[in-house]
Amino acid sequence: MIETVIEFLVALFLLIGAAFAFVGSLGLARLPDFYMRLHGPTKATTLGVGGMILGSVLYFSTRGDGLSLHELLVSLFLFITAPVSAHMLAKAALHLRVRIVERTRGNPDV
Amino acid sequence: MIRSSRFLPHPLLSLTLFIVWLLLVNSLSAGSMLLALVLAVLVPMFSHRFWPDHPRIHRPLQLMAYGLRLLRDIGIANLHVARLILRSPARLRPAFIHMSLDLRDDTAITLLASTVSLTPGTVSADISLDRRTLLIHVLDVDDPDALIADIKQRYEAPLKEIFE
Repeated sequence: MIETVIEFLVALFLLIGAAFAFVGSLGLARLPDFYMRLHGPTKATTLGVGGMILGSVLYFSTRGDGLSLHELLVSLFLFITAPVSAHMLAKAALHLRVRIVERTRGNPDV
Repeated sequence: MIRSSRFLPHPLLSLTLFIVWLLLVNSLSAGSMLLALVLAVLVPMFSHRFWPDHPRIHRPLQLMAYGLRLLRDIGIANLHVARLILRSPARLRPAFIHMSLDLRDDTAITLLASTVSLTPGTVSADISLDRRTLLIHVLDVDDPDALIADIKQRYEAPLKEIFE
């Protein structure tokens, strides 16, 4: 009984994670310019990875080998690296004066 | 505040290394604890030339509260951005906004810029050479001034208290 519940929860977390990872990638394909596309991987995918990590923690922690927490490091490193890589990509795009959608307000010159 | 000494030049770095190592090996046995301890002492000792400044954390508890709130906000921002992507992209109102910084501490500015990238539909794109202005790209915004006020009050003010 309890095993079925856990399996159900693991599957649920995996599905939630996969759904958000998919939406993040969809953002890459659908959004019109470079800067807007940056928002997909920095945000929607963190919850995507987060969901899969929760599924993994739950699965490996309930197999009798004790608590499994090293998956949490994945999200820690992701939180550290995702903003930095997005920042460097944006900086490079600013330098190259990448095309921006006309309705963008404000100007990117610092 | 945690004081540094010759033996432990960067106590926070040591603590982080200790915890990260134990998580990496995924065990709490005496052997891995000992190895974690050795690494936590040796790595900062041999790499201290790379870390010229000590981040000064005046309110460690508030930093933890900030981290928890950030986790919650990241969840909300994820849902928000997912909804924006699924809606028609033609209706989005993107903008570049300039935010003047009240923070002076480098670590605090780095944390604020990372926070801005992880949360409310914004990505920090650039920082001016004098480190007084942060350039932010917003995916969809109605009133840029309100967004700046929100970031200042929600994230910058607590960071200022924690680090300065």
